[in-house]
Amino acid sequence: MKILVPLKRVPDPDTKIRVNADGSGLETDGVKFAINPFDAIALEEALRLRDQVGAAEILVVSIGSADCQEQLRAGLAMGADRAMLVKHDAATDSLAVAKVLAAIYRREQPQLVLMGKQAIDDDANQTGQMLAALLGIGQATFISKLAVAADGSKATCCRETDAGLETVTVALPAIITADLRLNEPRYVTALGIMKAKKKPLEETTPAELGVSAASRTRVLKLTSAPKRKAGIRVKTVDELLQKLREEARVI
Amino acid sequence: MKPLPPHLTGGHFLLSDTDPNLVYTPEDLSTEERQITESVEKFMDKEVFTRLEALEHQEPGLAVKLFKQLGELGLHALEFPEEYGGLGLGKVATTGVAMQLSRLGGFGVTCGAHTGIGGMPTMYFGTPEQKQKYLPRLATGELMAAYCLSEAGSGSDALGMKTKATLSPDGKHYLLNGAKMWITNAGWADLFTVFAKVDGEHVTAFLVERTFPGVSFGKEEHKLGIKTSSTRRVILENAQVPVENVLGGVGKGAYIAFNILNFGRFGLGAGTVGGSADSLRTATKYALERHQFGRPLTSFGLIQQKLGDMAARIFAVDSTTYRTASMIDAVMATGETMDLTTPAFPRGMEELAVECSIIKVACSEVLFYVTDETLQIHGGYGFTEEFTPARSVRDARINRIFEGTNEINRLFITSTLLRRVQRGRFALPTAAPDKFVPAAKDAEPLQKVESLLKGAKLLALALTGLAAKKFGEKLAEQQEVLAAISDVIIEIYLDESALLRTLKAKGKGAAANTMTDLTLALMNDSVSRMEKSAATVLAACSTGEEFHQYLKLSRHLLTWTPLNVVELRRSIAKRLCEVGSYPALVGG
Repeated sequence: MKILVPLKRVPDPDTKIRVNADGSGLETDGVKFAINPFDAIALEEALRLRDQVGAAEILVVSIGSADCQEQLRAGLAMGADRAMLVKHDAATDSLAVAKVLAAIYRREQPQLVLMGKQAIDDDANQTGQMLAALLGIGQATFISKLAVAADGSKATCCRETDAGLETVTVALPAIITADLRLNEPRYVTALGIMKAKKKPLEETTPAELGVSAASRTRVLKLTSAPKRKAGIRVKTVDELLQKLREEARVI
Repeated sequence: MKPLPPHLTGGHFLLSDTDPNLVYTPEDLSTEERQITESVEKFMDKEVFTRLEALEHQEPGLAVKLFKQLGELGLHALEFPEEYGGLGLGKVATTGVAMQLSRLGGFGVTCGAHTGIGGMPTMYFGTPEQKQKYLPRLATGELMAAYCLSEAGSGSDALGMKTKATLSPDGKHYLLNGAKMWITNAGWADLFTVFAKVDGEHVTAFLVERTFPGVSFGKEEHKLGIKTSSTRRVILENAQVPVENVLGGVGKGAYIAFNILNFGRFGLGAGTVGGSADSLRTATKYALERHQFGRPLTSFGLIQQKLGDMAARIFAVDSTTYRTASMIDAVMATGETMDLTTPAFPRGMEELAVECSIIKVACSEVLFYVTDETLQIHGGYGFTEEFTPARSVRDARINRIFEGTNEINRLFITSTLLRRVQRGRFALPTAAPDKFVPAAKDAEPLQKVESLLKGAKLLALALTGLAAKKFGEKLAEQQEVLAAISDVIIEIYLDESALLRTLKAKGKGAAANTMTDLTLALMNDSVSRMEKSAATVLAACSTGEEFHQYLKLSRHLLTWTPLNVVELRRSIAKRLCEVGSYPALVGG
């Protein structure tokens, strides 16, 4: 079995995010980067799956600048077998990334693509879905439980939806995107980190894969979220209802 | 001994300038080294700090469980040799780990005592059989280690120990009698390096297992801080230690005890830098959130002054620690040994003893200063146990005491250099310091720092020479003079390490500009401290006209135009509030 796990480099969730002076992007000075947490969950699930089925090859992929090597090495340290960096310094968007991933999929022919449901930087939540559409294969998104059939023909997934839990079966190969409660990623071991240095990390480009990673969308401006204003106190329920109706206009 | 490259020899920083490119800085850390540190950071946040209350009350088994979990992640194995189940890494790789572990003082002490003074005696002085027997299990954390030197009647005077070892009539065992005091990990450890005098005379190290007959333990000490750690007496009543558990040879215990302490001091100091950075993060966060007079605390000058000063001092110890870590690794990598024990031990343990003492003194004092100021920023809340600064202050205090009090270390710094002068290992320069020409008034600020440090080095050496000339053999009794000289030496090593890191990072983004501010703020305050220490030495060593001549020379060597340090600290504090933490302040 071969499992493809895309890893996105994003600002560490614990780091303080600052928009740069002209609003064109984020300040990167003093900002730590990490594997997108949902992608780390996807990778953890792939590692557990490998332990279950006995043998599987896990390929981690990142699309971006040379800095993404850090996250790929971290993925290898967690236990992935090999890594691929698709070097692309300019901005991308979900569709561009999905196209690059589709090209990798065609080359590598994995039985499963496990990825985060969304990245915590742009929260787009569409790359997995787009990838499934481009490849014309099945998808199961926001999953919190995964069971792969012994013969590798299908996967049973528990999905977290607004209405509750939904269990679906999807024929493999398929795109499966991980939600928060799927698992808790392991700590990397010191030995794992040292071993990762010797694992293969292949570098390629969108051109070599025969696709364009050019973005169709453009970020016009980033602004910091406005500071939360102080709340007000109301004396009666009636006053509350009136404010909700007339000022907040939510009922 | 083969000559080492000059910049790797002990005390060399006093003799000449160092090329910034030869200095290792945190900016040079590899991806792997960063990842190992990040892994520990996550572990501390998720597994350790979430159980803080239970740990502080020594919930049975909890600290040991966390210790073993760290072992499973391979974090005790970092420095042990690969052939004995370790990863064979050096001080640079382990420094970041120590910094993370020491964010909780007590837990840092538990782990540091195991991989440091507990495990290192076997690692560096053990025979292949001893190493095979113990190291693989120490590396996994299956065994926990401890180091037993102090006794009720001998702390600083370690060699005044009373514990005795006598060979059994059949020649198979040593029988140890005595009691060791303040033993970190004593409640939990499995392997103890115990120092005792064979026949009441020859200090010798023994590897003592917890279960050997005649070994027992006192009650847990009620300590001011580091409450998560175990500290007990180790009682030896005819404790039977097989002769094959003698470490390094009979009578070689002092070499082992003191050289292990060199590394112990380094590790301890390195760890505290993490505690300091964590404390500053807490202080910054609180000062941003807490409002008085309708404004956040960070908008007030005296709070900015505290934040700026804390950051500058942390920058100094952080830079000094990594510089020294890499120097130790480089000397160790030469593979050279000192044939004073059997088997011989690496020269790297001894060569940088002065630098290790500086790290111990400076880092522990910065930690205490920073945790105290963090508490102060918290006002009344800081005095309650509801907030973290109270614990941090209590945890910080021990660092100025153990592994050689800071007083002992201050004496050690100057006297070690003087001993090396006598043995021809360290040459005091002969050039007259009055030829020194300070930087021009219009020189660049960092050039002025460079120039000032040149003058300060000449001053430190002149003070050392003067004190040696004045007191000769009796200098050891002039502890105040020795310590004042040490203070100048410590300032120089710290300031220079900060400067070299800044020069190496020059032109690399906003962090490099902040580094310049940090170095200037540091240097500005350092000058007056050095002036004061120099005056103490000069007044004790000279009188009348001679004294005034010396004083004039001292001022000449420390020529410095005071900077607008208010502005500098404000600018550092502003940036700190934007990025939120010390490592982020310098781009880490």
